[in-house]
Amino acid sequence: MSAILSVRNVSMQFGALMANKDVSFDVEPGTVVGLIGPNGAGKTTLFNCVAGFYKPSAGSILFHGEDITGMPSYRVARKGLARTFQVVRPLKEMTVLENIMVGAYMSHGDTKRALAFAEECMRTCFLEEWRDKPSGDMTIGNKKRLEIARALATGPKMLLLDEAVAGLTSTEVKEMVDVIKRLKATGLTILMVEHIMEAIMPIADKIVVLAHGEKIAEGIPGDVVRNNEVITAYLGKKYAEGMAKGHGSRS
Amino acid sequence: MNPTGFFRRFGWPVLLVILAALPIVGIVGEGFLSHVLILVLLNAAMAQAWNIIGGYGGQVSFGHSVFFGIGAYGAAYAVCVSETTPWPGVLIGALLAALVAILVSYPCFKLKGHYFAIATFAIVEIFNRLFMIWDWVGGAVGLDYTILEDGWKNFTWSVDKRGYYYGILIIFALVFSLVRWISRSRAGYYLRAIREGQETAESLGVNSTGMKLAAMALSAFLAALCGAFYAQYNFRVDPPMVMSLDMSMKFVLVTILGGIGTFRGPLLGAIVLVPLQEYSRAYLSRLGSGVDLIIFGLIIVLMMEFQPGGIMGIIQHYSDSKKRTSRRRGVTEASS
Ligand SMILES: Nc1ncnc2c1ncn2[C@@H]1O[C@H](COP(=O)(O)OP(=O)(O)OP(=O)(O)O)[C@@H](O)[C@H]1O
Ligand SMILES: [Mg+2]
Repeated sequence: MSAILSVRNVSMQFGALMANKDVSFDVEPGTVVGLIGPNGAGKTTLFNCVAGFYKPSAGSILFHGEDITGMPSYRVARKGLARTFQVVRPLKEMTVLENIMVGAYMSHGDTKRALAFAEECMRTCFLEEWRDKPSGDMTIGNKKRLEIARALATGPKMLLLDEAVAGLTSTEVKEMVDVIKRLKATGLTILMVEHIMEAIMPIADKIVVLAHGEKIAEGIPGDVVRNNEVITAYLGKKYAEGMAKGHGSRS
Repeated sequence: MNPTGFFRRFGWPVLLVILAALPIVGIVGEGFLSHVLILVLLNAAMAQAWNIIGGYGGQVSFGHSVFFGIGAYGAAYAVCVSETTPWPGVLIGALLAALVAILVSYPCFKLKGHYFAIATFAIVEIFNRLFMIWDWVGGAVGLDYTILEDGWKNFTWSVDKRGYYYGILIIFALVFSLVRWISRSRAGYYLRAIREGQETAESLGVNSTGMKLAAMALSAFLAALCGAFYAQYNFRVDPPMVMSLDMSMKFVLVTILGGIGTFRGPLLGAIVLVPLQEYSRAYLSRLGSGVDLIIFGLIIVLMMEFQPGGIMGIIQHYSDSKKRTSRRRGVTEASS
């Protein structure tokens, strides 16, 4: 099976800081891949490289086998790679539907069909009741679903979700997980960043773990959570050693 | 009936028909009122042209007097130097204005927010000086029209103002219809998205630089048509008259007063500001020149302080609160 997205030896440097160091992984079509790691691990930076917001200092990014490294973000979007933002960015003075329309105009040239498709994406993300409200006035949970609805309206082949779940209440988390499951069911390929492991485990087919800019693990969710390096990255060295000892004495 | 209700009920085409009928019923002909009405339409068209990039696109430009000026010089050059009709000059001037807009805006669009606005300030200054010393277009003296035969061929009327009125009405209708169409199409959505968040817009496939350049070019083209009209109407043109910060401010202030980024705002702003300016100039002129500008300034300061949405903001507020009271009334009726 050929990968829809290949990240190859990507490094991103900000001055003296290496936010990404030689990161490589593949995303297969139709799968959900989770990109996890502690705060400041470089997840958003990697996302920005993939989505054309940053040009990586080294390495390349292939989408459907085509090199899209350093391509401007609007062209990456037109290739079928849509993203959401970790810090939500509603187009404030525009209504929820108008926000989604902006995305829909990419996939549907004519206003009538763009409108119909925007309405469909709005329903997929449970936003009907906000249709004509200014998007700046909504709760964070709704704004995060608006991010997805808008990206979805561009008719992407693959979706990049940056912490769609973080900062939400438990009801909002449930709604969001429902939305993502719906999308997965339609066969859409998803790369999602999340630093809350619990949120991503049930959805992801594969997990890639970043720490200090480097990939430290990759595999199916069940294996990754038992990986010592991952536990160290998340909980500190002492805890990991304690866990290992605990396991040892019991067996 | 409030203005919103009027517009909603009768619509934009009916307004045009009414405006077209004014000379027939004798309201427009000679005299001061005709002059004021012509200036209202001119300023509304200018403001609406500016509104495309400044209001919908959110790129506040103080450089529009340059485009206006190029249009004015286009017409005046054709009449005074080439000694033809103004028409070829109008077209060439407008196209040149669009070209200049693209060349000048491209580097400015790399700047964000206030820096863009400041850069456009500098451009007015540059063009003003350039035309001041450029003998080919009359330098500081400018270009003066000789006496021409009245009529559409020369776009000149010496006493009766109906020709000018219809001329500016055509420009007004063109600019407003274009903006109305754009605001409901993909380009309108894209421009507003760029205003609200350029990176977000790009993430949705919007080529923001291309979009802004196109909007700027159209805006400049239309501003230049207004400039050409202005030269024809005044029988002359010189740099301070058209390429000045004063003139640039008119584009901005009329739109802000009426409601930036709204379709009706530029017309409402012109309806309020132009008569105020013309009558205060006529009646308060013994207090010295510039009284009208003082009044302008005051209105704008008050507006920014209390209602940044302009007149459209006030109307919106008024109709919202009316809706709310009727809803509240509905609730009490239902519960009683
Ligand atoms: N534009 C930038 N300029 C300089 N440094 C940056 C920039 N963007 C990110 N960084 C730095 O790069 C590192 C990685 O940041 P990044 O936002 O990618 O982390 P993250 O994994 O998304 O974290 P979080 O879980 O908090 O979202 C951080 O140390 C951050 O301060
Ligand atoms: Mg992040």
